[in-house]
Amino acid sequence: MISSLPPGWILIFGSLLVPLLRGRLRSAYILLLPAIGFGQLLWLQRSLSAQLEGGVVLLRVSTFGYSLDVVRVDRLSLVFGLIFYIAAFLGVIYALRVKESGQHVAALVYAGSAIGATFAGDLITLFVYWEVLAVSSVFLIWAARTERSYKSGMRYLIIHVASGVLLLAGTVAHYFDTGSIAFGHLGLDGLGGQLIFIAFGIKCAFPLLHNWLQDSYPEATVTGTVFLSVFTTKLAVYALARGFAGVEILIWIGVSMTIFPIFFAVIENDLRRVLAYSLNNQLGFMVVGIGVGTEMALNGTAAHAFAHILYKSLLFMSMGAVLHRAGTIKASELGGLYKSMPWTTTCCIVGSLSISGLPLFSGFVSKSMILAGAAEAHYAFAYILLLFASAGVVDHSGIKIPFFAFFAHDSGIRCKEAPWNMRIAMGITALLCFLIGIFPRWLYAILPYPVEYQPYGVTHLVGTLQLLLFAALAFGLLYRSGFYPPELRSTNLDSDWLYRRLFPSAWASITGIGGRAWAGLLESAQSRITATIRSVHRHHGPAGFLERTWPTGSMALWVAVLLALILLLYYL
Amino acid sequence: MQGDTETPETGVPHGPDTDGAAATSAPTTDERKYWLDQPGNVSKIYYGVVAVCLLLLGADFFYDKHAEHPLEQYFGFSAFFGFVSYVFIVFAAKQLRKIVMRPEDYYDQ
Repeated sequence: MISSLPPGWILIFGSLLVPLLRGRLRSAYILLLPAIGFGQLLWLQRSLSAQLEGGVVLLRVSTFGYSLDVVRVDRLSLVFGLIFYIAAFLGVIYALRVKESGQHVAALVYAGSAIGATFAGDLITLFVYWEVLAVSSVFLIWAARTERSYKSGMRYLIIHVASGVLLLAGTVAHYFDTGSIAFGHLGLDGLGGQLIFIAFGIKCAFPLLHNWLQDSYPEATVTGTVFLSVFTTKLAVYALARGFAGVEILIWIGVSMTIFPIFFAVIENDLRRVLAYSLNNQLGFMVVGIGVGTEMALNGTAAHAFAHILYKSLLFMSMGAVLHRAGTIKASELGGLYKSMPWTTTCCIVGSLSISGLPLFSGFVSKSMILAGAAEAHYAFAYILLLFASAGVVDHSGIKIPFFAFFAHDSGIRCKEAPWNMRIAMGITALLCFLIGIFPRWLYAILPYPVEYQPYGVTHLVGTLQLLLFAALAFGLLYRSGFYPPELRSTNLDSDWLYRRLFPSAWASITGIGGRAWAGLLESAQSRITATIRSVHRHHGPAGFLERTWPTGSMALWVAVLLALILLLYYL
Repeated sequence: MQGDTETPETGVPHGPDTDGAAATSAPTTDERKYWLDQPGNVSKIYYGVVAVCLLLLGADFFYDKHAEHPLEQYFGFSAFFGFVSYVFIVFAAKQLRKIVMRPEDYYDQ
């Protein structure tokens, strides 16, 4: 029976019982949900293995003359489904001590809708999950219960609902063009495909559509950010890989995504925001792989998404632990925490080495495939730019995150090590990062296409080590000679400035000018009315000439004068 | 959010639990001494990195390159490229600061 349940539903509907449970029972229950879901996927993978190449539709619903493929399983969706369940499980461990049920429900519905979307075989089903994802995830931001998180969450929600609206509009346009709502390769030829491309692009944080990410993720709760870092953007990567593989413009979009966040990450003070920029940069590598679109490159994208989800959650977990214990996550106020939090420090360093792509760690075996895919398809310039971006990763995630939080100058902060559940979650995640680096075959076995890639060749090994260590050497040199920019308390303007400052102030000045004109109009009308009332008052008011009371004598006198005048006229 | 979480107490809404979240900022006098606390040891790490870098550069003499990119066939290209890229990124970011840096409460004003 459980095998026929759409993947993801076990989290979405299972979460409804969470508010009724307390204590250890609740902990066991929320750990069980992703474990069962993971088991279901493994079972599907095994039982369908022969038919997975072309994709298998497991649940088709006919309604209003349309048939919706609610569950469609193939090798691409399975990679993402499996890692989503693993990340949900690790995230649940990390969040185990959160008392508020609402946060658990939001996290589980959020993860479940991402998994459901991964197995959606048509665009309407995808749209439904897309919107559930947006709405459930915003509660993880609002749960921080600060004014900033409230406003940031609002901006997040508006942008993501807009992405959903574009997806729906694109679906309608695509249906009129092709008569199909199937979610397969879409391409950019029709209006439908273009609208859907932008919808995916918003969620994937394309340049200039990216800033919701850096705006909102650092405002969420300690545990919420760990969940957020996993699902939304990687669902977008999956959706792009399915709908737009081999669309060449993605290579250049991806390359620019890998490069521009680097500079912002260097000067950002909030370390969780540094990680958000770094996340944006990592998405760039995956998007390049999709743009190249060969089997090797798409394998690279899937592998990199898998590895990235683990090391990025690990980094967010460690920074979350620092925020939780030290009470701040600003680089300018941290330092020397390795003394208080050795476990967190070690796990963070494993995450940093993985994201930097050091041999023996997960990032190395996945990023290399994307780079090799780009080189194989003769995108030599893009390849060089990706190498440049890799040197940037060494800075913001490889060095800056662990160095300024745990080492640098001693801030004097002495706190407790992270709680046990956080330590377990970080420990397992770090172990996985390490194991994938040592045994890449495990990961390669579940990729969408057969793999004949060997990352541990001498040339690639020495080349990568040279690139990474000379970048690290450059840091040492710059830091010791005082050229490395100091961590400063600041806000750095990014594209969110457009809608947080420029548009509101432009609107205010437009309404300001309009308002003044209106006020002027009102004022002149008012003064005319006042003048009229005054003149009426002057003539007809209590003291007015025409309203005076006259003595009867003067009345008789005037009558006599009038009669005399008439008499006079009569005789003339 | 963190903008107003100078103290651990206000940082608590972020946290999954409230016990033991307090950080004390006064180091105790009889605190354990760490290896990294001695300035000489940080230099040891730095010179260790320098040594490893030199070894890696030297390694280029000892194998046949089968690089992905023609530029990578040159001796020490990756080393040079990594170093120069890193320095460029840091200096470019410092210039970027002149354009985009604002006070911390910029959007709250």
